[in-house]
Amino acid sequence: MAIDLELDRHILQRTSPTEEEIVVNFGPQHPSTHGVINFVTQTNGEVIRRSVPDIGYLHRGLEKIGEQVPYPGYMPFTDRIDYLAAMFANEGYAAAVERLLGIDAPPRAKYLRAIAGELCRISNHFISVGTMAQDIGAATPLTHALRERESVNDLLEELCGARLTFNYHRIGGVAFDVPEGWADKVLRFLDHLDSYIQEWDRLITFNKIFVKRLAGVGIITRAKAIDYGLAGPNLRGSGVNFDIRRDMPYGAYPDFDFNVPVGTGRVGILGDCWDRYFVRVQEIVESSKIVRQALAKLPDGDIQAKVARKLKPEAGEAVGRVESARGEMLYYVVSDGSEKAYRLRVRTGSFMAMGIIEELSSGIMVADLIAIIASLDVVAPEVDR
Amino acid sequence: MKISLALDSTSLTRRYPRLAVLVTLFMAFGLPLGLYVAALAVFPFNRPELLNAAAKEWLGWELAASPYRNLVYTGFLLLVAFIAVNYTAVFGGVSTWVERRVAGRMQSRIGPNRTGAAGFLAWVADAVKMVLKEDTIPASADNLLFRAAPYFSMVGLLLPFVVLPFGESTVVADMNVGVFYVTAVTAFVVVGILVSGWASNSKWALFGGIRGAAQVLSYEIPAGISLMVPVLMAGTLSLQGIVRAQGGCPWEWFVFQNPAATVAFIIAVTSSLAEGNRTPFDLPEAESELVAGYHAEYSGFRLAIFLMVEWANMWIMAGLAVTLFLGGWQIPFVSHAVYESARGSGLVPAPTWFLLQVASMLVFIVKTWALVFFFIWLRWTLPRVRVDQLMTLCWKYLVPGAFLCFIVTLLWLLVVPPMAVKITGILLTVFAAALLVKFLRDTRRNIDRVKGDRVDLSNW
Repeated sequence: MAIDLELDRHILQRTSPTEEEIVVNFGPQHPSTHGVINFVTQTNGEVIRRSVPDIGYLHRGLEKIGEQVPYPGYMPFTDRIDYLAAMFANEGYAAAVERLLGIDAPPRAKYLRAIAGELCRISNHFISVGTMAQDIGAATPLTHALRERESVNDLLEELCGARLTFNYHRIGGVAFDVPEGWADKVLRFLDHLDSYIQEWDRLITFNKIFVKRLAGVGIITRAKAIDYGLAGPNLRGSGVNFDIRRDMPYGAYPDFDFNVPVGTGRVGILGDCWDRYFVRVQEIVESSKIVRQALAKLPDGDIQAKVARKLKPEAGEAVGRVESARGEMLYYVVSDGSEKAYRLRVRTGSFMAMGIIEELSSGIMVADLIAIIASLDVVAPEVDR
Repeated sequence: MKISLALDSTSLTRRYPRLAVLVTLFMAFGLPLGLYVAALAVFPFNRPELLNAAAKEWLGWELAASPYRNLVYTGFLLLVAFIAVNYTAVFGGVSTWVERRVAGRMQSRIGPNRTGAAGFLAWVADAVKMVLKEDTIPASADNLLFRAAPYFSMVGLLLPFVVLPFGESTVVADMNVGVFYVTAVTAFVVVGILVSGWASNSKWALFGGIRGAAQVLSYEIPAGISLMVPVLMAGTLSLQGIVRAQGGCPWEWFVFQNPAATVAFIIAVTSSLAEGNRTPFDLPEAESELVAGYHAEYSGFRLAIFLMVEWANMWIMAGLAVTLFLGGWQIPFVSHAVYESARGSGLVPAPTWFLLQVASMLVFIVKTWALVFFFIWLRWTLPRVRVDQLMTLCWKYLVPGAFLCFIVTLLWLLVVPPMAVKITGILLTVFAAALLVKFLRDTRRNIDRVKGDRVDLSNW
């Protein structure tokens, strides 16, 4: 108990308000913190001097659980690491353990992983851009985004029986093959999606007030983005052209032709909140392209490689990296030759994004802090694990 | 022991669907209609000398000479106030339902559709729920101020109804300083916001209160100056006088009389949005930033008052804009003399006069609801501006713009002959109509681009 109090005091000590300043806790229960995170914020009226993220409210010991259960049994737990993009949490873990075992998923499984993953990315990015609009004060885009996301969730539910925590991947393959007629439904949805994205842009992306609120706010330069280890759309929003799907190919991704959207400073300065937002909107379109290609080229064959019933990899270590919706999702698994991992570690995009908030927050307005948190697409369970 | 509520409205209306429709119809039409009829019955006698005459005619009582006359006058005014206050509450409630259904339609969801036919009684249910809830007061709040704050807001909401003309004769008091009075008393709302923000002893509420004070006080200036434009054009501060100076047809409205008045109308509407804390200027209660802003700590009846003020304020905002710029209650092609001749010489006016009154009230109500609908529309379309952008808009653009409109209107009145004014009126009306057509066509095109819009009434 004493240790907890010490930790709390530590965070508060970093904020030393003067006479004119107050310390406000943005969270842990706050509409815009996207989960239970506390931003201990020292403000002088509307102007913030410093905002320190106080994380750990959603810590469930998921890495430790990975050391307590056998390898295949950990798969449902990975869903809970990032429940908005659970496909990638599955995929990263499967990739790491497959490398540890020295096996490979069959081609059809790889394609199914790509299809499911990209649909999941669409679903996740709709939440991300929708909540961003909500945080800026526009209520309608969020409900439209949720409506589109429901369609994706319906498709994913048909594929794997779950809408949020999919548990779709298996070590060496995937759990279910494509149901009959599913591919047509996906294509019909993608046709709708491509025209819908244009409506979305007219509705909110280029809305004057929206652009004014985001352009030039929360600028992360290229160098700073790399220094802080940002990942995924947050990194690409600063103009760094790096995507694991293309630069460190895995699964079926070498077979696909797709662009990697990067921030350009189109309405403001390179690396501002709007750039990060727009990278996500563009990624929805790219994901749609990938799913179309994957469905067209989907090979026949097994969806599951032959693996032993009891997995006992040789002693050693392996890393699985996938491009999650929130950036790089890295699993580091150490085996001691038993049925359970000796050590399991997850590196996630949201956690990396937490570090930069303190630096970005000095001298901004209260409303800007909300915009920055939203633009970094922070999801609390992924931060705390 | 099981306690069952005998008067559970949901189960009652489920069992008797016709009852639900009847109750809804009564609430939707009967209630406002009753208030309007009461207003019509009362307003012909809404002056001491008319009351004196009525008392003499029907009761044979020399009221003017009676020592109780002030008591009677006050009682009569209380009756009038009762009608106005009830109208506010009913409008505040109904507009929440309208807003939620419109928002539902815009957001491809349904909105409240359970209580009463089409969910119309949701506002009654909400009001009852709010009143029955515990009225919590935070332990560290300033008890007296915390309790008092909602009433400041409520007073600021109710007082403008004194001069707001609903129809040719349906106005509580036609003050000769009407515009001045309205701008003065609406400032009471900000006292409520500021006091609640301070007394709550919560940082969110404090943020909201300070934001509200800064915002409303800043926007009072462009609002006040742009309201002076119709005052200049009519040559009177009385709201009835301003309406009488306009005509019923669009080109006779002040908004289309000269270009500066059009700009002044836009400034006035923008500023009143900011004063009423409506999106895109809803910073004092910015949900995603300040949780609930100044009313974060309120619950129960006091929260209900804050929310009612917020919604009913739309009527004041829209009604004032309609009165000053959009011709108020003026019926097209009906001049002032028609009302005079229809009234007749009797104590009780002739039936034609009542018909004209009803028509003029309808004109006002339709215009005001159209503007209210526009406000609702904006709220569910636009994001929120930031504090510094809000202030920039006010001080850099609206304040100079309003001054400019004021000066241009002055020069216009001095220089431009009446014939030219008529032509400008028609030109501006045509221009506005063209803009409206373009807007509708763009909407049509946008709907076609996403392969049509579906209206699903099965869940209505």
